[in-house]
Amino acid sequence: MPSDTLPAAPGKPVPGAADGSRRRRRGSRSWLGTLPLLVFAAVCFGLPVGFVVYGALTTDQGGATHATGANLSTSLHGAYLGSLTGSVELSALTALIGCVLGMLIAQAVVTSRRGALRESVLTASGVLANFGGVPLAFAFVATLGISGVVTQIAHLGSAGWSLYSFPGLVVIYLYFLIPLMVLVSVPALDGLRPQWREAAQNAGATTGQFWRHVGIPVLAPTLLGGFVLLFGSAFAAYATAAALVGGSVPLVTLKIADALSGNVQVGQENVALALSADMIVIAGLVMAVYLPLQRRSTRWLH
Amino acid sequence: MAALTPTADGADTAPAGPKDVSRRGGSPAARPARARRGRPRVWRGAVLGLAGVYFLVPLLASFVFTVHVSGQGVNFDAYTGIFSADGFGRSLLLSLGLAAATIVLSLLIAVPAMVAVRLGAPRLRPVVEIVCMLPLVVPPIALVSGLQSVLKWGPDHLATTPLYQTFLAVQNQSFPLVLVFAYVVLALPFVYRSLDAGLRAVDVTTLVEAARNCGASMPYTLWRVILPNLRSSLAGAAFLTLALVLGEYTIAALLGYEPFAVWIVTISGDQAQMSVAVSLLSLLIAWALLLVLSRAGARADSGAGVSGGPASRVSGPDASGASATAPAPRTAPAPGAAAPLPAPSGKE
Repeated sequence: MPSDTLPAAPGKPVPGAADGSRRRRRGSRSWLGTLPLLVFAAVCFGLPVGFVVYGALTTDQGGATHATGANLSTSLHGAYLGSLTGSVELSALTALIGCVLGMLIAQAVVTSRRGALRESVLTASGVLANFGGVPLAFAFVATLGISGVVTQIAHLGSAGWSLYSFPGLVVIYLYFLIPLMVLVSVPALDGLRPQWREAAQNAGATTGQFWRHVGIPVLAPTLLGGFVLLFGSAFAAYATAAALVGGSVPLVTLKIADALSGNVQVGQENVALALSADMIVIAGLVMAVYLPLQRRSTRWLH
Repeated sequence: MAALTPTADGADTAPAGPKDVSRRGGSPAARPARARRGRPRVWRGAVLGLAGVYFLVPLLASFVFTVHVSGQGVNFDAYTGIFSADGFGRSLLLSLGLAAATIVLSLLIAVPAMVAVRLGAPRLRPVVEIVCMLPLVVPPIALVSGLQSVLKWGPDHLATTPLYQTFLAVQNQSFPLVLVFAYVVLALPFVYRSLDAGLRAVDVTTLVEAARNCGASMPYTLWRVILPNLRSSLAGAAFLTLALVLGEYTIAALLGYEPFAVWIVTISGDQAQMSVAVSLLSLLIAWALLLVLSRAGARADSGAGVSGGPASRVSGPDASGASATAPAPRTAPAPGAAAPLPAPSGKE
C-alpha cells in the first residue's frame, strides 16, 4: 500500500520535448566544446592507463618485447596475492562499517530540526572527507600511536593495541569514510518526502513498516552506491598507509610503490604494472556497480 | 563531495519536513508522530555524541601532542618553528601553484564540455560522463605507475622528435606540469559532479536561447549568463580541487617531487611534533577555505538573483512563459520543494 504512492510522487513532464528540433540544428557545432576534455583525457589518462595494460601483458628481454601472462600470474600469487586480498578485506570491512555509521549520522542530522547542526555537520564532513592522506596518518600517530596521547592516558599499549596493524588502519580509514558517507546519504535522506511518510502513516503503517517498504527500497541504491564509493576510496588509499604502517600490513598499494621504486627487486616494474591492472579491474567492477545505482537513485530522489 | 552545493541549497528546506507534520496538529496522524519523537531525540543525541567524540578526540589529542612534552611542560615551539623550517615555504608555494594551475585547467576543459553537452550534443553526454568518472576507477597509484612508464618510454623513443622537449618541459623540477595533468585527471570526477549539480539547477537551454535571441554572442552568453549562475558550484569544484592537490601525496612522492604533503613526511622523521602541527594546521586551513568559499557561494547565489535579473528580462520578449523559468531553477534543487516548474534537467 505505501508503495502505491511511489510511482505517482516524482511525476515530471519531459522537459525540452518541444524544442528538440532546434537543439538538433545547433548540435552541429556545439560538440566542439567537448573536444578539449576528450583530447586531454585521451592523452593524460588514456595513455598512462594504456601503458599499464601494455606493460602488464608484456616483458622486456634484451631489447625485445614479448607478450606474456607471466606478470599477471606473478601478481596473483604469493605475497602479491596476499596484498590484494588484504586490500580487498580492509576496504570491504571499512566500507561496510562506514556505510552503516555514516547513514546513522546522516539520519540524525536530517531528522534534527536545527539548521545550525545540519550545516556544521555537513561542513565538517566536507572537510573531513578530504582529510585523508598524510596529515590524517600523523594526527592518528599523535593520538593512538606508540607514544600517542590517548594510548598513554588509557594505557592501550599494555592492552595490546597497535595502530600499525589491520584494526588500526580500520579506525583511521573510518575517519574519512564516515564523513564521505554522510555527504552521500544526506541528500538521499532529504529526498525521502515527508508526504510518503504521512501517506504511510495514514494507511496505518508503523515506522518499521515505513522503512521496510518505502524508506529502505528508495534508499537502497544510495546505500549500495555509498558502499561502493567507500570501498573504492579505501581500496585506492595509499598515502595514509604509507606514512603509517610502511609495510607491516599487506596492502596492494604499498606493494606497487615498493616494486615501482625498485625496493624489492630490479625489474619488477612490470609486475607493478600488472598489480596496477589488477587494481583497475577490481575498482572497475566496483564502479560498474556504482554508476547504474547512482542513476537509479537520482530517478527517485531529484 | 558534490554535496557541497546541495548543502547550501537544501539547508533551509530540510527542517520544513518534520515541522509540516507537527503543525497539522488536528490530523489523526500527527499525534502518534509527536508521541514517538521522544525516542529519536535520545537516539539522535547518542549517535551525534559518539560521532563527536570519534572525530574530535584525534584533533584534540594531536594538539596536545604538539604542545606538551612529558616532563617539560607546555610550549609552542612546534608551531613557531614551522615557518623557519627548511623547505616549508618552497613546498607550500609549489603546492599552491599546482593547485591554481589544476583548478584553472580542469575548469577550462570541463565547463565548455558540460555546457556543450546540455546545449546541442546530448548524444555525447554519456561519453563526457564516462570520461569524467573513469578516473575513479583508476587508483592514483595505478595512474602514477602508468605515468612513470610513459615518462620513461617517451625520451627513449621520441629523442629525435620535438616531443622530446615536451617531455623535458613537463618534468621541470621547479614546476612539474606532469603533476598538474595528473591532478586534473584525479579532480575530474569531483569537478564533473559539482558542475553537474549546478547545471541541473539552471535551465541552460532557455537561458542561452533567451540571451541569443537578444543578440548576445555565444562567448558573451557563456561568460555573463551561464557562469554567474554556476558560481557556487564553480567555487565548490575549486575547493575540492584545492583540497585534493594540497593533500596529494602518492603521485608527487613516487615521481620524486616535493610538494607540501611529501614535505610533511620528510620532516616527520626527526621532527615528529612539527609534522603533527603542520597536519593540524593544514586541516584548519582547509576548514577556513571551505567556510570562505561556502560564504562566497551563498553570496553568489543571492548575487545570481541579481545577475539573473537581466537574464529573465532578456527572456521576456522571447516568450511570455519563458520569463517564469529564470527564477524557478533557484528553488528547484531542493528536493521535495514545491517548485512551480520541475527541475529542468533532473531527468537523464
